[in-house]
Amino acid sequence: MMIKAAVPKGRPSSVPKAGVSAGTGAVSIDAAGLETRELNDRLRELQLSGTKRVEISNVCGQRYIGTRLYTPEGQQMEIDICGTAGNDLAAFLSGHKITVDGNAQDGVGNTMDSGEVVVRGRAGDVLGFSMRGGEIYVRDGCGYRAALHMKDCEGKRPVLVVGGGAQDFLGEYMAGGVVIILDLDGESHDANFMGTGMHGGVIYLRGTARDDQVGAQVDISPADEADRELIEEYVSRYLDRFPEVEMTKEEILASPFVRLTPRSKRPYSGLYAY
Amino acid sequence: MDRKRRSRRELYTKDICACSIFGAMNRDGDRFTGEGVMKAIASMRVRGNGLGGGFAAYGIYPDNRDLYAFHLMFTGPTDVARRAAKKELEAFLARKFEVFFDEEIPTDDGVVVRDPPLIWRYFVLPRKEGDDAEMTDGDYIVREIMAVNTKIENAYVFSSGKNMGCFKGVGYPEEIGEYFMLDRLYRGHTWTVHGRFPTNTQAWWGGAHPFGLLDTTVVHNGEVSSYGTNRWYLEMYGYACTLQTDTEVIAYAADLLMRRQKLPIEIVAKILAPPIWAAIDRMDEKEKRLLTALRMTYGPLLMNGPFAVIIGETGRMVGLTDRIRLRPLTAATRGEMFYISSEEASIRLISPHLDRVWTPKGGEPVIAEMKGFEKGFERIC
Repeated sequence: MMIKAAVPKGRPSSVPKAGVSAGTGAVSIDAAGLETRELNDRLRELQLSGTKRVEISNVCGQRYIGTRLYTPEGQQMEIDICGTAGNDLAAFLSGHKITVDGNAQDGVGNTMDSGEVVVRGRAGDVLGFSMRGGEIYVRDGCGYRAALHMKDCEGKRPVLVVGGGAQDFLGEYMAGGVVIILDLDGESHDANFMGTGMHGGVIYLRGTARDDQVGAQVDISPADEADRELIEEYVSRYLDRFPEVEMTKEEILASPFVRLTPRSKRPYSGLYAY
Repeated sequence: MDRKRRSRRELYTKDICACSIFGAMNRDGDRFTGEGVMKAIASMRVRGNGLGGGFAAYGIYPDNRDLYAFHLMFTGPTDVARRAAKKELEAFLARKFEVFFDEEIPTDDGVVVRDPPLIWRYFVLPRKEGDDAEMTDGDYIVREIMAVNTKIENAYVFSSGKNMGCFKGVGYPEEIGEYFMLDRLYRGHTWTVHGRFPTNTQAWWGGAHPFGLLDTTVVHNGEVSSYGTNRWYLEMYGYACTLQTDTEVIAYAADLLMRRQKLPIEIVAKILAPPIWAAIDRMDEKEKRLLTALRMTYGPLLMNGPFAVIIGETGRMVGLTDRIRLRPLTAATRGEMFYISSEEASIRLISPHLDRVWTPKGGEPVIAEMKGFEKGFERIC
């Protein structure tokens, strides 16, 4: 990934444990030494007390950040994370916006319902697992099984945009939603088993893919005019979120894109039928 | 009454679980205490459940670098039984080995652990007499370890390499580290660590990871569902599986393939986690022939099921997952340091700034080597 400048890591150690920072009006939490439950309890308390913006520093592997923040009124927060977010970041996320200044681990956006996750770094395996709404933007690459069983639900259409490459089993059992893999490093797509068991939704790959890289249930076709409009919209949003990426929209869109779509809504309908 | 029962059910919380593995190597060979790896593995505490933790540390006995360090566990139910096992073991050792000195492995009695066995170390050289004089040290030692583990009740050799040692037991890994005072008493250039969540067998001191023979050790996250086949195959080569857990077969397979058959790790990885046939079909003719031959020859050593392992050796540390990576593994470097872990955050905790972080592909080994290793660096065979 071509990045303009190193992103500063960490916040000044003088930030109080849960103070209000002068500039942004955000409440800050120092997560150093906090356990998963303690951190998420504190987020819940802040949400219930009406806080709109939280900055969490020194995050190091705490899980489920952003989960348990559902309210019937749909009260929303912006959560800025500095550090390495632990597994299942934004699981069940309900309308909030989470930004990670660093890398994320496995299971980002697990069964996410709505909202937005921005990872200014890379993400691990099972990114967007069972996601049913909202948007995820990852600046760099991601691991195995991204978009595993992603789905459309009640008029929602989840979107996952990855700046780098994806590893094997991208879109496995995918049932809905949109996945865009930009592969700006040009290192992939050497992934295999893409779209295995896919029966809904669409995957766009910048570049090309061979038939033997995708599951038997998948068609590969060039992106058409309507596809390219959609891709352009999300490339713009990706670049808005990551101004440090050293490629322009035109450069990114100059490449061909292919579309992976399922051949059938029920690829296994005959599996156990005689 | 009904309400009471119901509220108890609601209070039940599911354990989030998986094993945790971590490895750190200084590729310049500079040695460091176990403090950092204890901190790193402790940060993944939620992956284990306190029923097993252990360490393999390389470079810790420089003053006795030419002697094999046997770590023994005497696990009898009473102190009398443990002492009896020790006496029997020592009579056996006296016949088969030159014992230079021995001592109890020091522990911190302030650390509370459950049912600790008597743990002793012996610094030895093989005494190969008669027909045995033809054998390599490695073959001789492995044979005698199998004899101890199968024939001497309550005695288990759980570490047997030169200038290295395993430390393990029932507890969280950081507790086991404190129990053996790894942050104070030892300095190694390579450490691997394991936090256990036993899935199929009960926890006991011998069942904690790492498992090893000579200087090859394995820490493992996952389940070897091919255990029965693997075990049957290894028994033909004289390996006795006595430790009641699946990981043991990976350690013995590594010993068979790497030490005895001298196969390079790249080939060993393709035996333990071979590509699927469809992938082999797409390879060029030469590669296809190699991979087909490996699958035909070593089919019973295919490790089926999800796994991520770190294999430790003197001067080398190898991370490997199953071919479709059903368990996580992240690798990272910072200067001369090389890290492998179940989770990136545990690496960042002890080394916030990293030169490179990546997740290796399933079935493809990530290899950390100490400088000079390839030039025949102190290989122990």
